Amino acid sequence: MLAYYLQLGLRSLRRNPVLTTLMVLAIGFGIASSMTTYAVFRAVSGNPLPSRSSQLFAPQIDIWGPQSRAQGVDLPDALSYTDATALMRARKARYQTAIYPVGHTAIPQDAGSEPFAVDGYATYADFFPMFDAPFIYGGGWDAGQDDARASVVVISSQLNQQLFAGADSVGRTVRLDDHDYRVIGVLADWNPRPRFYDLDNNNGFADPPGFFVPFTLAVDLQTETRGNNNCYGSTGRAPGWQGWLQSDCAWVSFWVELPDAAAVQAYRNFLQGYMAEQDRLGRFRWSPYYTLRDLTQWMDYEQVVPPETRISLLLSLGFLLVCLVNTVGLMLAKFMRRAGEIGVRRALGASRREIWAQFLAEAAIVGVVGGLVGVLFTGIGVLGIGLVFEPDIARLAHIDVSLVALTLACALVATLGAAFYPTWRAARVQPAWQLKSN
Amino acid sequence: MQIRPILATLKHHKAGTLLIAMQIALTLAIVCNALFIIRQRVSHLSQPSGVDEANVLVVLNEWAGKPSPGEIASLMAADVDTLRRLPGVADAYASNTYPLSGGGIAFGIGHSPDKLKPVSTTAIYFADQDALPTLGLKLVAGRNFRADEIGQVDRHGDIQPGAIIVTRGLADRLFPDGSALGKTAYISRQPSTIVGIVERLQSPWVDSGMAEWADCSTLVPYRQLTAATRYVLRVRPGQLEDVRRHVRAALYAANRMRVISPKDGVRTFAEIRADAYKSDRGMAILMGVISVVLLAITAAGIVGLSSFWVGQRRKQIGVRRALGATRHDILGYFLTENLLISTVGVLVGSVLALGLNLWLMKQFELARIAPGYVVAGVVVLLLLGQGAVLAPALRASRVPPVEATRSV
Repeated sequence: MLAYYLQLGLRSLRRNPVLTTLMVLAIGFGIASSMTTYAVFRAVSGNPLPSRSSQLFAPQIDIWGPQSRAQGVDLPDALSYTDATALMRARKARYQTAIYPVGHTAIPQDAGSEPFAVDGYATYADFFPMFDAPFIYGGGWDAGQDDARASVVVISSQLNQQLFAGADSVGRTVRLDDHDYRVIGVLADWNPRPRFYDLDNNNGFADPPGFFVPFTLAVDLQTETRGNNNCYGSTGRAPGWQGWLQSDCAWVSFWVELPDAAAVQAYRNFLQGYMAEQDRLGRFRWSPYYTLRDLTQWMDYEQVVPPETRISLLLSLGFLLVCLVNTVGLMLAKFMRRAGEIGVRRALGASRREIWAQFLAEAAIVGVVGGLVGVLFTGIGVLGIGLVFEPDIARLAHIDVSLVALTLACALVATLGAAFYPTWRAARVQPAWQLKSN
Repeated sequence: MQIRPILATLKHHKAGTLLIAMQIALTLAIVCNALFIIRQRVSHLSQPSGVDEANVLVVLNEWAGKPSPGEIASLMAADVDTLRRLPGVADAYASNTYPLSGGGIAFGIGHSPDKLKPVSTTAIYFADQDALPTLGLKLVAGRNFRADEIGQVDRHGDIQPGAIIVTRGLADRLFPDGSALGKTAYISRQPSTIVGIVERLQSPWVDSGMAEWADCSTLVPYRQLTAATRYVLRVRPGQLEDVRRHVRAALYAANRMRVISPKDGVRTFAEIRADAYKSDRGMAILMGVISVVLLAITAAGIVGLSSFWVGQRRKQIGVRRALGATRHDILGYFLTENLLISTVGVLVGSVLALGLNLWLMKQFELARIAPGYVVAGVVVLLLLGQGAVLAPALRASRVPPVEATRSV
């Protein structure tokens, strides 16, 4: 019976090609604009580390006091060097690491090639197990090497390709700026997006960092941060590197891994105690205030999803709504025009249920064709995304099987939803009245 | 034109009428807000930077091998010399950043040395006596820096300039009575005297969070001796492309221990501007496309539904024509019918548009929509409705009176 209804539907749709094309195009455009903006939204709002995201936390400490916030200055999203190293020494979490972005020039061994710039991070040994960083050769360094300020480096597979043509380079030497490092590990292709551990400094969607070096060594070598350095007021700052380290300028990102609620509570207590102690020492002269957000809360706080992406998605959904209202109107006109035909079918014994089936089958055809058109337009939309969104974000949006399936499913569901009212009206047609009026 | 018979007819098509009105209302709400967003983004991205953009080029240089500040000072001096001697280059200087770059230093600036309650935030541009002529900034009061005022500072050195040049925007905020020239302000613990005021110099950042002080910049008389140096070049008119092609090779010929990206190490202001405002332009394009397609679909929907109604009422139209109604009457009937529906639609739509704007304001810190956008939207949609219904209405007016005698 369904096959027959589909056939009837096709014939009816062919009778008004203009109206049918209009409906299909409306569904196609509406679905495609929503799906294109959704593809972008999906790319930027994904969880970069689903297995760990509820166990990773970033603390913020109120180092500038209530007065700064009265001036509209937010709690700094990084820690000062003093606090970051104090939290590292305390080791109250299962894993903890301080992180800051650095940039170096790599000097190739052969004199013929030019130096090139490469970005990376200064961090602690815990970084690699904590963030599940995968290695193809070797591994991370250990806490002993942190303390010893060892000249070791973990490099990305890209940098390994560039410097060592992809060979196992563990034990080889890399020269960054004026210092030689021994390669201790080579990462597999690893670039969590958004780059949650450095959201205070980048938009989260950049190319993978080229290397990781021990934080302790980087500070010893007076390696400048490539990220933000936020200070409040002008007092308490001495010139020079040491003056900067001792200042209340915030520039060090900090992450801890706390496996369960008890550990989170314990860490809160520790932060509270740490701040109270600093208060007693006369450093902070206000009551302790801190935050401890997990990874997803941190991404919200740092507004990883740009407002542009949200507005686009919302307005596209509004656009889809108008397209659907449009379709409801056209279908209503189309279905009610066939009141006579419905009357005859009903008089010949068709039940209301069968009228429902017949007209929903016709709508389903529109939905499927609209969905196919939608997939086509979504493809075009995703190709043209670079015109509209940031390049870093645009290249993340892609079309895949799940997006195609979602597009088709949405088109079908939306069209059937739109057909509900017109079909209901069609099924309510009174056969006697229709037969009489003709 | 009698409105009552139209209303009576519409009662028979409640659902269709309601759907068209609803579509018009939603379209109005979305298009008004989209147009408003477009207008805001376009005005944002067409802000002047204060720089003579057509003739300025920027070179992003990074020193390899971590030279000391002392070495950097002589390397920089040598580079500026090389750049000046390059054919087509009129002037050059070295700085930490440039307008629209997206990176740089911002300080609080105010009237007290502790800076706990600054008057404004200001972008800091390291400059020397050649900065003003190179960038093409317009000095509206006071003087330029003198060569003997220019100090040197490394990354963590104290920036405590005796003399500063500020933008007019910043000067007016610091001294609303317009007396900024010669007064002192604090960007450090030490007082700085405002020796010059330039008309405009935009900050390096274009983000909405920093828009409030986008025109508040301060030039400080220092050369910053850090690993990253930005050279700003003024080229002679018409020689931009020429200089751009040769500048990287010329610097590498002088000294190879550096990194200037072959891809984007040399940038024209057109590129810098396009890059900085990419998301603004993208948003405007997207909103524009959505608006156009939305209006087209709404128009098509009205054409479709009206055509259907005309087809349905051929017999009634024939009867009216047979009873003496002119073609003009029939045309007027359908136009008025559409106008009635559209009017209801735009009334509801205006409320929706304002509501949507309020909601967007709350969610995304958008500004309040100007009533002009809603009025413009109403006019556009009413015209669109009349335009869309015109073809079906003309077809209706051509229905011959003899149609009254035919059965369906």
